[in-house]
Amino acid sequence: MIETNLTPLLLSLKVAALSTSFVFVIGLVLARLMTQRDFFGKHLLESIFVLPLVLPPTVVGFGLLLAFGKNGFFGKLLAQFGIQIVFTLTGAVIASIVVSFPLMYQSAVAAFTSIDRRLEGAARTLGASEWRLFWTVAFPLAWPGLLAGFVLSFARGLGEFGATLMLAGYIPGKTDTIPVAIYFAVEAGQTEKALFWVVIIVSLGMGTTFWLNWWSRRNIRRYAQK
Amino acid sequence: MLSVHIQKRLPDFFLDVSFSVHREIVVLFGPSGSGKTTILNCIAGLVHPDAGQIALDGQHFFQQGKKPLPVQKRKVGYLFQDYALFPHMTVAQNIRYGMKAGKAGKPGRTDTETGLGRLLATVGIAHLLDNYPHQLSGGQKQRVALVRALATAPDILLLDEPLSALDADTRRQCQDELLRLHAEWNIPFLLVTHDRDEAEKLADVILLVEHGKIIKSRAATSVSQ
Repeated sequence: MIETNLTPLLLSLKVAALSTSFVFVIGLVLARLMTQRDFFGKHLLESIFVLPLVLPPTVVGFGLLLAFGKNGFFGKLLAQFGIQIVFTLTGAVIASIVVSFPLMYQSAVAAFTSIDRRLEGAARTLGASEWRLFWTVAFPLAWPGLLAGFVLSFARGLGEFGATLMLAGYIPGKTDTIPVAIYFAVEAGQTEKALFWVVIIVSLGMGTTFWLNWWSRRNIRRYAQK
Repeated sequence: MLSVHIQKRLPDFFLDVSFSVHREIVVLFGPSGSGKTTILNCIAGLVHPDAGQIALDGQHFFQQGKKPLPVQKRKVGYLFQDYALFPHMTVAQNIRYGMKAGKAGKPGRTDTETGLGRLLATVGIAHLLDNYPHQLSGGQKQRVALVRALATAPDILLLDEPLSALDADTRRQCQDELLRLHAEWNIPFLLVTHDRDEAEKLADVILLVEHGKIIKSRAATSVSQ
């Protein structure tokens, strides 16, 4: 009953960890830049950032294949260095990045926007450079929202299926992340195997939502004390 | 001496003011929304005028056509309305935030350090150093914000309705403290208030601001301390 081949778990965790690390940093930086300034085309750019959130995963997968496939712009460029994206774990990571980025970005924007502008103004009048301001004021105050974004992105990366299947395919032992493994187990009539992975992923998902709830309640209480 | 000439288009009116502040307390007095806070923000460098000139002791903060001096370089102390204390830092950390580090990268035993001790004693918050802002009363927060602004040894102090959130007794105490501090520090104080009695008590000069213009400028009529 207990599945002995735990490769899907390892692959899923690896993909989610890599994609979330990337998405956390890039999402944070872009959110900080976008909340600090106004420029022509800002709203259009933000719409593009958030787009994967509302597109069907197959559309995202199609777009990624177009870009990273044999004849795609990035695909051809990377092939020159001997790097292949399609049907590899890297492809799974890229798919995960694209679908979880909007979650991190939106969480980070909300977190940075919630900081009282006067606090940043005060820091500047006290002589803090923008760099020091970010590390000593903006980042610590935004941290609860940033962490929530991190956890959400991780959960999303863990559960990514459609775009992953299209870009990374189903190669047992190489690209069979948990959601993909479940799909093909059901296809092959291996109900017990599918059930095993479903339980795993539901537990991980429940753990995430439970923690997120607790964390956001804790932070509302913390700031309500002021 | 602070010399101010600001012209700035605001949503409801056109801000056009000119005045100077010597080593005295000047009060910008007027109804809410008349542009007083914007004037302070222009002097601090948090926003910029559309046109004009701001200079302190000959150093140009803002000059039309040139790049404005960054906020960080202006040595302006600013006491914000609602104090703007960093909620995630203790009182001590808040106060030290703007102070220069000593040789070891920590605040050192410089003149500022001993001056700070005196300042804390004058204002009476030395016992609160390990507390967080949310644990303080309004009057205590105001004093912490004041010490934090003065701890950087600024050349001018800007105060935006610093006492409006306090009860009458605390308010009176803080007003006396402000007068004492000004006598000790002898730097220009520019204070915004819409409380007439407060203006009369604290000011050497009162500037009446309405709809972005200074409509009257006079010496305070009451005898100050």
